[in-house]
Amino acid sequence: MDWINTTLQGTLLGGLYALFAAGLSLIFGVMRLVNIAHGDLIVLAAYLALTTTVMLGASPVMALLIVVPLMAGLGYLLQRLVLNRTMGEDILPPLLVTFGLSVILQNLLLTGYSADPQKLQAGALETASLPVGGLSVGVLPLIVFVVAVLTIAALQWMFYRTALGRAFRATSDRQDIAQLMGLHRAHIFGLAMALSLAVTALAGVFLGIRTSFDPAAGGARLIFGFEAVIIGGLGNLWGTLAGGVILGVAQTLGAKINPGFQVLAGHIVFLVILAVRPRGLFPRMD
Amino acid sequence: MRDFPLKTGSNAGQNTLLDIRNLDAHYGDFQALYGLSLRVQAGEVVSVIGANGAGKTTLMRSVSGLMRNQAEQVVWKGREIGALRADQIAALGIALVPEGRLLFASLSVEENLIIGGQMKRKGPWTLQRLYRLFPILQERRNVPATALSGGQQQMVAIGRALMSNPELLLMDEISLGLAPVIIKSIYEALPSITGEGLAAVIVEQDIAKALAVSSRVYCLQEGRVSLEGASSEVPRDAISRAYFGV
Repeated sequence: MDWINTTLQGTLLGGLYALFAAGLSLIFGVMRLVNIAHGDLIVLAAYLALTTTVMLGASPVMALLIVVPLMAGLGYLLQRLVLNRTMGEDILPPLLVTFGLSVILQNLLLTGYSADPQKLQAGALETASLPVGGLSVGVLPLIVFVVAVLTIAALQWMFYRTALGRAFRATSDRQDIAQLMGLHRAHIFGLAMALSLAVTALAGVFLGIRTSFDPAAGGARLIFGFEAVIIGGLGNLWGTLAGGVILGVAQTLGAKINPGFQVLAGHIVFLVILAVRPRGLFPRMD
Repeated sequence: MRDFPLKTGSNAGQNTLLDIRNLDAHYGDFQALYGLSLRVQAGEVVSVIGANGAGKTTLMRSVSGLMRNQAEQVVWKGREIGALRADQIAALGIALVPEGRLLFASLSVEENLIIGGQMKRKGPWTLQRLYRLFPILQERRNVPATALSGGQQQMVAIGRALMSNPELLLMDEISLGLAPVIIKSIYEALPSITGEGLAAVIVEQDIAKALAVSSRVYCLQEGRVSLEGASSEVPRDAISRAYFGV
């Protein structure tokens, strides 16, 4: 029973990792951009939510109403004003620029908020739980997991059923020919980054409610996000959710064996999957 | 090299759609086009012939905006467009069927067509009308576009361009790599495409095909116009000289 409980907690944790990963997966899919600053943007979102809750006295969940559009707008501007200038045949310039952005963000957060760990206060929601067949399921992890599933489903629907998704896929296939269809690449890329950071905002707020964070917390979130994407297979959003769950379960099982094994167990499972299935479990993209 | 009288000068009438004036196009240090001039009247079908490397595709890329040049070197209805982006040029009503088709692999046949029409320009071309022209595409509309045969893919590429309801259709080597019987059927469809006054520039290596479907012909050689004239009047030996430069 104990092991079942641990697996369940890990599965729910995987929802949060899937939220870390979905934004990464989206922009890599649309424009082959690897965003090294993704983890720091998650942490930035958590801090923006902190400021919102402190200033407006709102709950973290209400703060989403402000932080999600704010991060989306930031994403569009970041892409149009900075990252688009680095996009081209060579994948190295955007990699270096997002790395630099990561350093800048960490230091800005350090200057603005100090290095003290912070947490978003969600009150009773944090400790509420539901009894399920002898197990106790936290309401917050359950909400995060459901939000992750809904987010992935919404992204999937957007990608395959809407004009915007068609434009994303066409641009991903052939940027120049998509331009011939009247799709302005710089704008499409801006929209993709806006969507990516909107999901990032969700991830950041839930991260901040679940655990404490500090300006240096982004790196680990980036790694977890990447691992979830790679485990699931590039270009497959449902695969990314599966990747997040596998990573989450590996970490909680590892922690159960020995608390020091938590992160290590996740990395080991990632490396094993990478060795056995280099393209991930459910690859879609060539 | 200009054995045949070259019509230049300013006989541009009110009906000139596309006016290319002394176009120089470069790929980095390499110059692909040298002072090339070409004109397309409204509703006219012009063919561009020439050997590999003569600059035909560069010309198509320059007009469609995939290659950007000096603004004044490409004029569309009196407006200088040489420096515009491809999406801005597409919105003006110039559509390109690119060499090698270049369909969107992750889109179905129908999605490829729909995205061609996503600018929502008004005109006669709709999905229904395209499916009447190429019934096989309706049958296979939910298949990934790149799963089709070469000829069917070319139909999608032409349809995708038509869906934007262009005023000028640029077709770059639409018979490349296709079986003769397929090429024949595609060329048979051309009159019903250009029949309603749609102007077209057809780039073709097959001289006979090019002359048969066009009213005027330009021959390119090493980035320059080596011959220009009415398709029905240019003598064959003049064409071979202009084509091969011998």
